Amino acid sequence: MSAGSHKTYRIPIGPVHVGLKEPVTTWLDVDGERIVKATVRPGSIHRGIEWMARERNPIQVIYLAERICGICSFTHIVAFLRAVEDAAKIEVPIRAQYIRSLVLELERVHSHILWAGVACYTFGYDSAFNLGMLLREKVMDVLEALTGNRVNYGVGTVGGVRRDLTPRAAKAVREMIQFYRREFQTFLDVVTEDPIARARMRNVGVLSQEDAVKYCALGPTARGSGLRVDLRHSSPYEAYGDLGVTPLVPQDYTGEVFGDVYDRFFVRVMEVVQSLELLEKIVDGIPEGPIAWEPKLPKVLAALKAADGIGWGIIEGPRGDDTHVVKLTRGEENVTWWKVRAPTYANAVSWPLMFQNQEIADAPLIINSIDPCISCMERILVSDARAGRSEILTRANLVERCREKTRRLMGA
Amino acid sequence: MTDILTRLLSGTALLFLVLLLAILYDGVDRVVHARMQRRLGPPILQPFYDVMKLFVKENIVPRRAVAWVFNGAPLLAVTAVLMVFLYVPMGSLPPILGTGGDLILIVYLFALSAVAMVAGGFASGSPYANIGAQREMVLMMSYEVPLAIVVTTLAYFAYRSGIPGEPFNLATFVAMPVWGVAGWMGVLGLAALFVSLMAVVPAEVGKVPMDIAEAKTEILEGLICEYSGRNLAMFKLTFALRNSAMCAVVVSLFLPWNIGSSLGLTGAWLLVADFLFFWLKVLLLQVFGVTLIRTAFGRFKIWQASQFYWVQVGGLALAGMILLSLDLLA
Repeated sequence: MSAGSHKTYRIPIGPVHVGLKEPVTTWLDVDGERIVKATVRPGSIHRGIEWMARERNPIQVIYLAERICGICSFTHIVAFLRAVEDAAKIEVPIRAQYIRSLVLELERVHSHILWAGVACYTFGYDSAFNLGMLLREKVMDVLEALTGNRVNYGVGTVGGVRRDLTPRAAKAVREMIQFYRREFQTFLDVVTEDPIARARMRNVGVLSQEDAVKYCALGPTARGSGLRVDLRHSSPYEAYGDLGVTPLVPQDYTGEVFGDVYDRFFVRVMEVVQSLELLEKIVDGIPEGPIAWEPKLPKVLAALKAADGIGWGIIEGPRGDDTHVVKLTRGEENVTWWKVRAPTYANAVSWPLMFQNQEIADAPLIINSIDPCISCMERILVSDARAGRSEILTRANLVERCREKTRRLMGA
Repeated sequence: MTDILTRLLSGTALLFLVLLLAILYDGVDRVVHARMQRRLGPPILQPFYDVMKLFVKENIVPRRAVAWVFNGAPLLAVTAVLMVFLYVPMGSLPPILGTGGDLILIVYLFALSAVAMVAGGFASGSPYANIGAQREMVLMMSYEVPLAIVVTTLAYFAYRSGIPGEPFNLATFVAMPVWGVAGWMGVLGLAALFVSLMAVVPAEVGKVPMDIAEAKTEILEGLICEYSGRNLAMFKLTFALRNSAMCAVVVSLFLPWNIGSSLGLTGAWLLVADFLFFWLKVLLLQVFGVTLIRTAFGRFKIWQASQFYWVQVGGLALAGMILLSLDLLA
């Protein structure tokens, strides 16, 4: 409450809300239309995937990892596979690396178009939403032609990929690139030239460059604030070393950075254009060769059973850095432990900042502007059905519990 | 006595017909909207199915609602808009309650139905409905300005330029189109007034870009957030009727031409042809003034809408007023 005489109301946005794709609660203290304070309460969709992984071997975990997210499914498995390959010291053939990059970029295209459409829907621009969904169908078709699936592609495996890029699929990708070069410009014009879209997104949900650094924003959220961060550029993985990616920031196009929803929108739609270029380079430059380190799964499993150590996989997903850490123990078939940090985990921290001095009308747009993936993010939730309570463990709680356990182990 | 009975009977019949047409036009709006988005869209009779379904559904009154206001608001809202049609001449058909009311009454009937919706929103006891109601009030205060300017300017113009009849009566404008009376400056002024009146229509009917009080992705349908069953059906009817009523008023003021007499029709056929032509004009106005706009734009924020009506639309209406006054002087 800023002014003592004003009465503030508490309004929940979520956990289930028309403007949100996934459950997350934001409690807004509002004075009229103005947001005085925002409290973000995640914790509605924790699934315990990491715990499930401990009873499975790495090949089985691929299926789990793919189901962490319905949109960046391939991002998660590539990060997981890289972590496993890192732990087991497995070399991935170049052709497989190219195919992984190809699917990653296709996924980025579909994720960004989906997000752009949903952002338009959030401020009531249904026509742009429908146009976006219509455009997205093309990349979904190409993904289906390439992998046989539309959402969870199931093409990744330890040490490579499971499906080769056939000449027919390559032709489909080329056609798609041409299609988007023709059609996507319309979408870009429709939204960036529209006065109402501009009025709704400009100076809304501002995250300054300093705050973006301070609060560890990632991916398009950070680039929208003008930070030149992109793992494809700074720490190239898979085929990105050959492709030469430069981080896409709004100041290179418009000359200035606002760090608002409009800039984040702009970065995402321009990244679709950038991805098209990358896709073209990938399809043109893909080398011949094997697509997997070892096609026979029992041999792969044997190698993984013999492996020992912690492996890291950090890649640039459509929403930002996706980090997977895996521990394999020699002689153990199953994954010892597995840790996922989805980009939303870092980006959600800046929500309360973006809400400052905004209006209720902006709230769903601000929540959506970091392209949140709530179910990817939620990792720890303790609930007690009998006592009817649930709580999210904070760092302090976790540290305390760790110490408790150590004490117990030491004592035993 | 017989006069009252005739009016009662014809009024009931007409309002029933109008109700059907308004719902049908809502269906047309949805189909045209879908086609412009390259979608197939619902069947054209979908709003009928929706309303019929809602009428048999359970009517839930929230525990924290003020029940009598909550239940009374939809009834008052729908009645007030329906009354508008009793004062609008349709083609050659004179208004049922012709001499009993005028433009000012019509403006107030629109306001009354909006106020009823606001009251229903406040009585819902839900924070979303509360915000929706506040937004509707702010929006009303914003669009009433250009609306008032347009209505008073037209009446003043009709009075000064010597159009026969009561200056505030719709029948006056239907009998003699204002466009013919004005000079070139007056035509420009009338065009400005026409555009500013059309800009008010989306706010009156709660459609994008002015569906701020019902913004579903922001405040979950706002005003009508807590409504269900019969009450919601009546609000749906209110929105459909407001759309047609507003366009009917614009048609009567600015596009009053009839087709029947130029086709050489007489008697009952003339009435039917003009009646149909009138509703065709309403449909076209709805498609171009509401459906097209809501397809082409996103939603404003409330202060942006307020600014739009006070500055841009209000300015345009004032310009029209000045041009018309200059035309009268010339």
